[in-house]
Amino acid sequence: MTINSQSYFPELLKQYEQELLTDWLNNQLSTATRRTGLLKEAELREQSRQLMNSLRNAVQHGSLTDTNTPEWLPVRELLANISNTRAQQGFNPAETATFVLSLKKPLLTRLRKELEKQPDLLAEDIWTTNLLLDQLGLYTVEVYQKSREDVIARQQQELLELSTPVVQLWENILALPLIGTLDSARTQVVMENLLQKIVDTGASIAIIDITGVPTVDTLVAQHLLKTVAAARLMGADCIISGIRPQIAQTIVHLGVDLSAVTTKATLAAAFAIALQRTGATFTRANK
Amino acid sequence: MPVQRDEVMPIRSSEDVVRVRQMVRQWAVTLGFSLVDQTKIVTAASELARNTLGYGGGGEVQLEIVQKGIRSGLRLTFIDQGPGILDIELALKDGYTTGGGLGLGLSGAKRLSNEFEIFSRPGEGTRVSITRWK
Repeated sequence: MTINSQSYFPELLKQYEQELLTDWLNNQLSTATRRTGLLKEAELREQSRQLMNSLRNAVQHGSLTDTNTPEWLPVRELLANISNTRAQQGFNPAETATFVLSLKKPLLTRLRKELEKQPDLLAEDIWTTNLLLDQLGLYTVEVYQKSREDVIARQQQELLELSTPVVQLWENILALPLIGTLDSARTQVVMENLLQKIVDTGASIAIIDITGVPTVDTLVAQHLLKTVAAARLMGADCIISGIRPQIAQTIVHLGVDLSAVTTKATLAAAFAIALQRTGATFTRANK
Repeated sequence: MPVQRDEVMPIRSSEDVVRVRQMVRQWAVTLGFSLVDQTKIVTAASELARNTLGYGGGGEVQLEIVQKGIRSGLRLTFIDQGPGILDIELALKDGYTTGGGLGLGLSGAKRLSNEFEIFSRPGEGTRVSITRWK
């Protein structure tokens, strides 16, 4: 006794699994939307066979209206897997969902044939089939979306790391070339990296170069001042370089007071000052 | 003042603030602003967009290219439906802040633009409009 005794749907899948699979595959292989370059026929056959199989098992004992129940877990796992692979292979969300939704046609055709004499049950089962496959189709889109979001999140994380290298220019001299937008999350990483590197190298001077920062507003200025203050607490002096004429004028108009910090127009000038302060001297070798 | 071009952008996240900055810079370049003027209006836009987000709880900005005689300029209007500003004069005072910043954003934006208008009432939101002429 199954909980779905009033529906013919589980029985249909049980009896006609092979026929349904063949119809479905023929449909899929003949549609214009198929991307032969992205997916091999053998792979498509295998995926279809697996889905058909797990779908058959799920409907024998599982709910026909709710695919979140444990009986549906294998189907969901399989779909998640297919969806992820397709996202990587370059399918779009619509194509991914169509894989599941295209199963409607063979199913509904077969239902109509079998339940010809029972219109009430037929109507009921058509409705069930539609709801069920819509749910599964939407699920693949959800997973697809999720995998894309994961990619974006990972890239953001990578950017955070990439954009904040602290380099040692000379004994006791560190440089931090900042590039791009300084929002709070990045500034936090920048500050941590710099302070850690000061500890690791025992540097006494850190040059923060903002040549690559397009806009210096009060928030950026505040972040810079905080970084300088923190470095100072750890015994390192900071020089801010890369103050271009337009940035200098803007900072003055904003009313930000950077007079407590040594600032230079170029990284080269800042480096020269830093060398001087650490006692290093340079002479040009005679040829 | 005739308006030549007009666009509205949402300010709902800090990514939006970045987009507003980029768009303002793009428009300033199109208008032929000098590098200094570009930087000034972009910085002012950055301050006001962040205020809209932080204090106003998000809102939008309207970008307009305006014409006065033979001069053209860029007008930015930031609108939010947030709590509004109780004392505008105090808010415009250098160093005054309720949000832990430097307290220079609003007054700085005023100094960075040629025209500055602010309208705000508690409970009714805030509208700040700045114009920078070429």
